[in-house]
Amino acid sequence: MESVTRYIALLGAETMYFFSWYGRLGLFLITSVFALVRPPYKVMPVIRQIRFIGANSLYVIVFTGLFTGMVLGLQGYYTLNKFGSVGFLGAAVAISLIRELGPVLAALMVIGRAGSAICAEMGIMRNSEQIDALECMAIDPFRYLIAPKLLAALISMPLLVCIFDVVGIFGGYLIGVHLFDVGAGAYFQGMYQNVVWQDLEMGFVKSFVFGLLMVWISSARGFYLHLERDGGFGAEGVSRTTTKAVVMASVAVLVWDYLVSAIML
Amino acid sequence: MKPDTEIIIELEDVHKSFGSQKVLDGVSLQIPVGTTTVIVGASGQGKSVILKHMLGLLQPDSGQVRVFGHDLAQCNKAEMQQIRSSFGVLFQNVALFDSMNVYDNVALPLRERTDSNEKQIQSAVEEKLALMGLEGQEDKFPAQLSGGMKKRVGLARALMLDPKVVFFDEPTTGLDVNKSNEIYRLFYRTQQQLNYTAVIVSHDVPKIFKLSDYVALIAESRLHGPLSPEVFQLSDNPLIRAFVLETMGPIYSSETEGSLLYETF
Repeated sequence: MESVTRYIALLGAETMYFFSWYGRLGLFLITSVFALVRPPYKVMPVIRQIRFIGANSLYVIVFTGLFTGMVLGLQGYYTLNKFGSVGFLGAAVAISLIRELGPVLAALMVIGRAGSAICAEMGIMRNSEQIDALECMAIDPFRYLIAPKLLAALISMPLLVCIFDVVGIFGGYLIGVHLFDVGAGAYFQGMYQNVVWQDLEMGFVKSFVFGLLMVWISSARGFYLHLERDGGFGAEGVSRTTTKAVVMASVAVLVWDYLVSAIML
Repeated sequence: MKPDTEIIIELEDVHKSFGSQKVLDGVSLQIPVGTTTVIVGASGQGKSVILKHMLGLLQPDSGQVRVFGHDLAQCNKAEMQQIRSSFGVLFQNVALFDSMNVYDNVALPLRERTDSNEKQIQSAVEEKLALMGLEGQEDKFPAQLSGGMKKRVGLARALMLDPKVVFFDEPTTGLDVNKSNEIYRLFYRTQQQLNYTAVIVSHDVPKIFKLSDYVALIAESRLHGPLSPEVFQLSDNPLIRAFVLETMGPIYSSETEGSLLYETF
């Protein structure tokens, strides 16, 4: 009997923990968005964050985009060649990149680079009472810390995804046209005929959603480090929470990738 | 305490527990305007917890914390910010923003809370740094400063907007005698100049008595006092008596030498 009551108590505790945790995450997003739209607006912090999230991610995005496009070129040529339709290589590479791989891979790379840094920064600020200090100085931490990052991600992510797509298409062109015998005209003509506005639209929507998820999850986990159940104390607490934030944000990106695709298809 | 003095902060029957550990068990305290109240007690007794309640960083399980007549538990975010805009806080670990240099740390309250232009900010920051004897340290980062210097930067930041109440959480912990005397001198000088109400949490007994108007002891989850330092040192309360004996030795409370109170400067 005692074990049954203990089990029920455990179940209740888990449920409460689950709801309070996700409720807190939801409130965090709402508060951040309010902090973002409330004047006065400051431009410099946003520009600094665009530099951090966007400009500094450029190299990794270019490299990932290039090699993703090249792999698509290789695999696409291998597959299409079986059906004798290598003329569609350009379209296949472009559609895969624009609709799917561009937003997802760019988001995963930015989570690894910037999301982890955001989470660690917030966590260290929480641990060393810097967030408390901000609150005591009547400076809203959501306004000062989170809002610029959120806006910067919403501006940077679509641009990074565009760059990823363009470089990826160029990577596919390098393989298809220069390594194999697909004509340059056929590569671009196929793309021109088959890529439609909806493809681009889906890519843009995804990049906005992923940018939001990246900043939301990584900053919220760091911000609420002190409420982590297994203790967010010290360097180990920060590293553990950062790992969790990266995993959670990456999984969220893949789940939302499916949801957005399903809704917009 | 004169009955007609304005009470700026009031704790009324505050209870607080962390898990099964009872930290505050019915704590009541009134802080009159323009005075210096010192809360003393052994480590881990809940001195900082009382301070965090006054700052609104912790909410009591029961009881009320009123600042400027407002019950902090009932305040919304805007009211809380309004109240906190009259606060200055020197945290125990100083909580300087470690990715900003000294200048930016001290300038932050002005940048975020006022419409001052950079020129006004510069002159205000330089004035405060000069007051703290920190000329020429503007470009250093917190990690490059000694403990005493960090405290002085923290004090400069806390006093930047001429607060009505300044909270000091263990202002001299970890400092040698000279450095702590220097902090006390700065405290004394700035209080004369800015006329703020001070709440100090400290275990630097008996030195701190010299600066205080009222002293209260936290022991066994309850607050004993506040009493004037002279009365405190001669109190019959067994807990206060034990604390005084332990920290200052029997000489200060002996009947024959009772009137010869300890001189600190």
